[in-house]
Amino acid sequence: MIAVTINGLNVRVEEGTTILEAARFIGFPIPTLCNDDGLSPYGACRLCVVEIGEAPRSKLVSSCTYPVEEGLVIRTASERVVRARRMVIELLLASCPQSKKIQDLASAHGVRQQRFKQEYDDCILCGLCVRMCREQMMANAIGFRGRGEGRSIGTPFDVSSDVCRLCGACMYICPACQLRCTYNQPEIAICNACANLSPPCITKDHYSDMMCYMEPCVACEIK
Amino acid sequence: MEQLRSTQEFTALREHLLSALNPDIATIVIPAGTCGQASGATRLVRTAQREILSRNLQGKVYLRVSGCHGFCEMEPSVLIEPAGTFYPKVDASGMRRIIDALLKGDVVEDLLYVDEATGQRIEKVGDIGFYRHQSRLLLSQNEKIDPLEVYDYLRAGGYCAFVQMLSNMEPSRVIEDVKTSGLRGRGGAGFPTGTKWEFLAKAANGEGKYIVCNADEGDPGAYMDRSLLEGNPHSIIEGMLIGAYATGANLGVMYVRSEYPLAIKHLGNSLKQSRRLGLLGENILGTEFSFDISLVKGAGAFVCGEETALMRSIEGEMGEPRQRPPFPVQKGIHGKPTLINNVETWANIPLIFRDGADNYAAIGEVNAGTKIFSLVGKIKNTGLVEVPMGTPIRKIIYDIGGGQAGDKGIKAVQTGGPSGGCIPADLFDLPISYENLAQAGSIMGSGGMIVMDESTCMIDVAKYFMNFLKDESCGKCFACRKGTQRMYELLDDISSGRGTMKHLKVLEELAIILKDIAMCGLGQTASNPVLSTLKYFRDEYIEHIQNRRCPAGVCKELISFTINERCTGCGACVKACPEEAISGEKKQRHRIDQDRCSRCGSCRSVCKFDAVEVN
Repeated sequence: MIAVTINGLNVRVEEGTTILEAARFIGFPIPTLCNDDGLSPYGACRLCVVEIGEAPRSKLVSSCTYPVEEGLVIRTASERVVRARRMVIELLLASCPQSKKIQDLASAHGVRQQRFKQEYDDCILCGLCVRMCREQMMANAIGFRGRGEGRSIGTPFDVSSDVCRLCGACMYICPACQLRCTYNQPEIAICNACANLSPPCITKDHYSDMMCYMEPCVACEIK
Repeated sequence: MEQLRSTQEFTALREHLLSALNPDIATIVIPAGTCGQASGATRLVRTAQREILSRNLQGKVYLRVSGCHGFCEMEPSVLIEPAGTFYPKVDASGMRRIIDALLKGDVVEDLLYVDEATGQRIEKVGDIGFYRHQSRLLLSQNEKIDPLEVYDYLRAGGYCAFVQMLSNMEPSRVIEDVKTSGLRGRGGAGFPTGTKWEFLAKAANGEGKYIVCNADEGDPGAYMDRSLLEGNPHSIIEGMLIGAYATGANLGVMYVRSEYPLAIKHLGNSLKQSRRLGLLGENILGTEFSFDISLVKGAGAFVCGEETALMRSIEGEMGEPRQRPPFPVQKGIHGKPTLINNVETWANIPLIFRDGADNYAAIGEVNAGTKIFSLVGKIKNTGLVEVPMGTPIRKIIYDIGGGQAGDKGIKAVQTGGPSGGCIPADLFDLPISYENLAQAGSIMGSGGMIVMDESTCMIDVAKYFMNFLKDESCGKCFACRKGTQRMYELLDDISSGRGTMKHLKVLEELAIILKDIAMCGLGQTASNPVLSTLKYFRDEYIEHIQNRRCPAGVCKELISFTINERCTGCGACVKACPEEAISGEKKQRHRIDQDRCSRCGSCRSVCKFDAVEVN
């Protein structure tokens, strides 16, 4: 067992647990977006940042990837953490405002506006679908491509992948696309998961080129 | 080349090499690194070779094709040893005249370097201002060595430190010495090298340990690592051998960016030679110690210079950083303990053991040793500069660099590449050290130094680096990917006259937070160009926003060109204008159609009468 201090509370936790697991176990909430219990931690969304160490040498780290260390002092909601988190949410809101999950996050953290140019991205590149496909479905059908602005998720060479079993897990776990598809024709697709009246993918020209890798879509049948 | 089986055989070979060469015979040294070749050194080499062959001068004059000596502004240059005569910007006919004079024991007066301040010609290389104020511990070796010849390196004392160590020095003593020397990582962060080695030495040795040379030098305007790789590859191999011996590593990797073809060629050749000599491989010089180095080419991503991304790239995966811990020394390449040092750090290691750790520690103030900077931008003497730590920036820019290149005064210097910041002219007395530069809002970085004068717009500079970073961010961490994109957007708005004070507030807020939350070093330092320009040049930002004016005359949307009464109507600008925006009768004052003008500045650069004004 390892002794750590979380928000002033001295606790002992199992070796090998991450700060996120430890904090949640004790009852301190930490928001996450790219983290899921069944998948390996990735540390990409930066929402779960916490402050570790003593000032002035304290720093922010992503709690989902940071293993607890003996004597570590952790603050999960210091002013610095909250400020950083709010900025991440603001950036998320500026990129993908149509996501129910991001809207909920913004509302929970009191972010009421974003000050950047509004974009409507389909994907925030959290990588949940990639890890889901690889780690839980053992298919490894999709992956990351490119870097910087050009980074995207997809199948190799954008052709339907032979190893894809059309399981729908990637869609199930996606926090940005709240469209639990009912069919792959835009005219009759109905979003039955989010409150958005106009799900983003329906308005696209090439419906079949969307982030859904299923033809036909089977997610609706799983329901 | 025969394999050496013991340290005695090594010593014997070295003695033989030294006796076979007469040091009094004149040697023509032609620096032909990438920079030299680009300015015509290859032709010079060919001319010299032809002259020597056709006039039967073999044995009377030696020719050595070396790596870069650092004075890039004067390439292609020729250095005569042992006299130390320096000829800048030599062409083929000059080369022939130099050889003629050399045979007579003369110098070619009119080809010598001219000192701009005094107007006098300077003969000896050591008397030239650019060289005189430097302490060239690493770069001076480049002159002595043909990078394709291992024997040159042996003659210059190469591998001696390692071989001596192999016979009579405990690995723990080696680490102690590196610690005593005070050497810190030259890649930018400045982590104490000895301490890093100690971590690796203590790491459990299951199925081997890796040591890596990080030669993924990607900063715009920085090329000191390239010169070392091209000019003296064996010194890096020797540094890694010493590192491996001290830490018990058995696997070595050189990660070189594929944009350095000459460096890769020289390194590959040197590795082959070292293996053939028995200095790399199994049972080196007949001892128990085994170590080999493989060469890995990068695929062109800037972020792969970050150590965790570099390791993934070596493993053959996508170059993406991950959060530490686990640190590379705990879990590195293929899960094995790994130590990563920069090219310049490795090149410094043999020096520590050649000159003694205490002597090395005595060089420089605040931090130990020398540091190579690549001095570029609006400066007279462009080139590689090696100075002791603690040298004031002013000395580098004015004494060595020769000051401003044009008629405009120097405004700032940008250090540390895209992750660094701008240091204004009134802080030029700052002695260079890791701490001082960090305090000033910049970083040491790998050693890029871009000089900017009054014609540089600081918003444009910040925008340039942000554009670079938004393309080179790996995109894994949301904060860095979107943060750099958004900062670029805001800077673009400000530079094109759409900015408001709100832009400035958001920009600053985002920049400060990004420093905090990004996953790796690239993201954490990505806001430095913005924060440092905001700190020292806030008035320029405000000028752009409130008066819609670019004081340096750079931001296209905020400037206009007009022709004043000095115009003679020569028509040069009419021909130069790509938009056909300039009209006017011959020998009459011309005018510019502002609607058509794309503000490219072509007219201004061709005008001989200074008649085109920027407003």
